[in-house]
Amino acid sequence: MKTVRLEIDGRSAEVPEGTRLWDAALSLGIEIPVLCHDPNLTPVGVCRMCAVQVEGERVLTAACVREVAEGMVVRTATDKIERCRDVLTELLLSEQPARSARQATTGDDALLALAAERGVARGRLPAAGSGRGSDDSSPVIAVDHQACILCDRCIRACDDLQHNDVIGRTGKGYTTRIAFDLDQPMGDSSCVSCGECVAACPTGALTNHALGAAVRPVAELASVDSVCPYCGVGCAIRYHADPAENRIVFAEGREGSGNQGRLCVKGRYGFDYVSHPQRLTRPLIRVDYPKRALSPEVESSRRIQGSGKGKGKGKGEGKGKGEGKGKGKGGGRRHIVDYDQVLPAFREASWDEALDVVAERLGAIRQDHGPGALAGFGSAKCSNEEAYLFQKLVRAVFGTNNVDHCTRLCHASSVAALLQMIGSGAVTTTFGDIENSDFALITGTNTTANHPVAATFFKQAAARGAKLLVVDPIRNPIADHAWRFCQIRPGTDVAFYNGMMNVIIAEGLVDTDYVSRFTTDFDAVASTVARYTPRVAAGICGISEDILREVAIEYGKARAAITFWGMGMSQHVHGTDNCRCIISLCLMTGNVGRPGTGLHPLRGQNNVQGASDAGLIPMSYPDYQPVTSNEARAHYEAAWGRPLDPKAGLTTVEITEAAREGQVKGMYILGENPFLSDPNTNLVREALTRLDFLVVQDIFLTETAEFADVILPATSALEKAGTFTNTDRRVQLGHPVLRAPGDARLDWQIICEIATRMGYPMRYDDAAEIFAELVSHSNSYRGLTHENLGEGGKLYPCPDPDRSEGTVVMFGDGFPTENGRARFVAADHKGADELPDDAYPLVLITGRVLEHWHTGQMTRRSYALDAIEPDAFVSLHPADAAAAAIADGDWVRLTSRRGEITLAARIQEGTQPGSVFVPFHFREAGANTLTTDQLDPDGKIPEFKFCAVRLSKSLSSPEA
Amino acid sequence: MIGETLRARIDAEIARFPVKRGGLLGALHIVQEGQGCVSLAASKELAAIFDVFPVEVIELVRFYNFFHESPRGRHQVYVCTNLPCALRGANVLLKGLEQHLGVGVGETTADGRVHLGREECLGACANAPMIRVGGVYHEDLDLAGACAVLDALE
Ligand code: SF4
Ligand code: SF4
Ligand code: FES
Repeated sequence: MKTVRLEIDGRSAEVPEGTRLWDAALSLGIEIPVLCHDPNLTPVGVCRMCAVQVEGERVLTAACVREVAEGMVVRTATDKIERCRDVLTELLLSEQPARSARQATTGDDALLALAAERGVARGRLPAAGSGRGSDDSSPVIAVDHQACILCDRCIRACDDLQHNDVIGRTGKGYTTRIAFDLDQPMGDSSCVSCGECVAACPTGALTNHALGAAVRPVAELASVDSVCPYCGVGCAIRYHADPAENRIVFAEGREGSGNQGRLCVKGRYGFDYVSHPQRLTRPLIRVDYPKRALSPEVESSRRIQGSGKGKGKGKGEGKGKGEGKGKGKGGGRRHIVDYDQVLPAFREASWDEALDVVAERLGAIRQDHGPGALAGFGSAKCSNEEAYLFQKLVRAVFGTNNVDHCTRLCHASSVAALLQMIGSGAVTTTFGDIENSDFALITGTNTTANHPVAATFFKQAAARGAKLLVVDPIRNPIADHAWRFCQIRPGTDVAFYNGMMNVIIAEGLVDTDYVSRFTTDFDAVASTVARYTPRVAAGICGISEDILREVAIEYGKARAAITFWGMGMSQHVHGTDNCRCIISLCLMTGNVGRPGTGLHPLRGQNNVQGASDAGLIPMSYPDYQPVTSNEARAHYEAAWGRPLDPKAGLTTVEITEAAREGQVKGMYILGENPFLSDPNTNLVREALTRLDFLVVQDIFLTETAEFADVILPATSALEKAGTFTNTDRRVQLGHPVLRAPGDARLDWQIICEIATRMGYPMRYDDAAEIFAELVSHSNSYRGLTHENLGEGGKLYPCPDPDRSEGTVVMFGDGFPTENGRARFVAADHKGADELPDDAYPLVLITGRVLEHWHTGQMTRRSYALDAIEPDAFVSLHPADAAAAAIADGDWVRLTSRRGEITLAARIQEGTQPGSVFVPFHFREAGANTLTTDQLDPDGKIPEFKFCAVRLSKSLSSPEA
Repeated sequence: MIGETLRARIDAEIARFPVKRGGLLGALHIVQEGQGCVSLAASKELAAIFDVFPVEVIELVRFYNFFHESPRGRHQVYVCTNLPCALRGANVLLKGLEQHLGVGVGETTADGRVHLGREECLGACANAPMIRVGGVYHEDLDLAGACAVLDALE
């Protein structure tokens, strides 16, 4: 790299060509004041606060934008410069409102700080212009236009960091101000409430609303570095909390981790659930028998037979979701459980009593019916330490491998295909590696909603010119950034990708060198895809032959193509086949193992990667050691001191089925809510009712807990130390931000207590000790400790944690398989289990929305998230709506062969005619009442993305 | 709705530029002329046509006095009040015109004949003060001259 030498304030500097003066000065420790500049943003030089003198030039120049030149002599603080800065500060100050909302909240108004530092007071200059007004329409962000200095930082943050492109400027002269979309109120605009603009704003123009606790300056608060408790992106967050009130006051993104300081609405504004009054604080023991559902929503997700009630008159009051994304303000109706309906069925108990009951009842079932009559669901929301201990409890103490968690419902098929073909279930590269790609295949994922911060990097890649190929049956917002968007028919992924591979082979775009060096069985795939000519594939998936050919050729020619997929791929009875196809596609073009290439299943929950790594799955011990391997079993029998079950355990849906049939009789459910998250709710209800004994450990009374015999109050992610492994394989340490409420206990301590009371003493001093035990069994995590994870965590494998961040790109020189090679596995198009017919003509696709997460236990108790997206809805295409005479906001009934729900219609172009979309977060209209429990044969994942339903207008709201 | 005729003119405008969005300003003029205003609905349609974000259209609409979001009087009369014009009596002129027309700045006469507005510099400083009536400049004005110009409007 060429460097340039220059002199700043009499000192010489040598910096790379192209460096800006501001950065060059900083490299000498000289801090030039700025207002419009933020090192995260492209400099624009509009405020002129950073003016400096370049010797020989007539006028001052803006250091933030000015590039260095050889031999430049620069003064950063002459009398003239200081005078200019003073006048500028005073001018800006004269326009500021009397009170700065930023100073009054976070206390970091950069303009006021500058004025104070320079000794500039306001009052000498008259305020010009006539107030520019304010805007309080966003539930999370307050806008005071009068405080805006038009520095452009929010605009660049929204455009260049988050790529939402919501903010611009309007007007001119004194009336110039920022505007949202068509100068709408912020709350009505397409703003997704990520808060990046608030983080960027240097004045009181954009500030956070209080979420429960008044926002106060950082200096008055305790600041704790932790990790977002929501999605698998695993954003690093700094929480600022009030220790006296034991409340989080506000949150900020942290640099140094994958998110590079960015956050989404859930991470930035979704923390107040931890302080919700419905937190469980005492152990509860059931007194109401025989067991039954306790709240009407859990009791009555109606079965298809015996329906027919609910005919009333008049239209529901749930009108008013505009087109696009509606923004209810969430007045009135709330759909979290009413504790008055549920708590009378329980009494409070001491920890000793509750734990004794649990140990005794589970022990008795083991005694009377054998270990196989017990099962446990752990959770991907819990830490690695908790996952490890939970599976150890089930395996060593219960004596069974019947342990699973929600990975079964999200990426089990992806992992099955990856393990089978490349010998490793984790991502081969990070989401941030897209920065090195010139092509990205993004398929079956609504990333802007489900991995919002990862999506910002995808959008950034598109803006830089990388070609995004987005393949999805639903047109999600990421499609707006696509080079080509292929809206395939639901359930036809295999045909589409086989068609692409057919073209790639026909066009000679196979990387034969890579295939011969690193793979086997190419011929198997080649002969299968030979049958999927563009014509055949197009006929199945609905994409024209020309487009299919075009995207295949561009993919084949890409220098570095990266692949991201989500549950649109995995949640099918052919989910494993779907994944096999994209893995084959990557392998035949050599798109693995180099920067900018790779396979990245976007993991859903904050610790779904880590929980699987820790062995919270029925077929393997930690680090994917098969339970059926004698060697692995011998290792763990020695380590844990108990004989272990040599058979693989049952998976999530299989456990539910076994409970319904009476084979599984006792369950321990930690942090999961199968009542809402598992397919075919009516069967889940039967299963839960039938259990002899159920202990639920959670932070709120979930729908599942209504069937519990004992409920144990747990701690939230923000109240405990523990590690979480994100979608990138990044192991990060979360620190406790708050104290747990009431008698709630640390989850790992509860597990230890149960184990100990069941005759298997478990004792640890802290989470770090548990982590050390987990690491001792895991090659992947080798070398990691709580201490050396550092602020940004480590990407495993990380052979040298003291010096390196870990491994970004894996498998540059072969795969962790027996012969070191990846194996092609062919797949044929089979189609979904339940195809539409005359009685049930529409395809139901379930999924999630930006503001909610899993079964809504946390997000619906977060003020902002609930306010933005309060209600259940079904999204349908205008053509289907017209055919059924349904208007936007009407109540509609959705019926499948398994059940029926009533919810508001949202008419949107995103879904294609013939299919509807329902998010599964909402208890009042549980999408899984409708879904089928048919499983993929390899991944054992249910088909959440496809079942047949019928739609009709409902004459009444569900409450009427 | 931007009808077919306007759409055809917009497409012709687009064809004049190497990149599509280059034609946006021209398109705004076409819509303003054809529909008497650039409504928010039209801005939204233009955003879709030009493949830009809605806020990028509104930035232009709100910057230039040539465009307004709802129909105004038949004649658009704008008085520049920037420094050179102000030094040569533009504010007095503006006051006088307000009285003459019986409306304030930003208002339209009751008969819908004239809309009066304040303008930023139009580059006619040498001949200050000036008013713009639609696309036509009237320069070196005094109040009587300006009133005469307005009175001559239909
Ligand atoms: S909150 Fe996010 S999306 Fe909304 S305007 Fe600010 S930066 Fe843009
Ligand atoms: S993208 Fe995911 S991890 Fe990041 S703030 Fe949002 S929910 Fe949290
Ligand atoms: S900080 Fe350089 S011009 Fe604003």
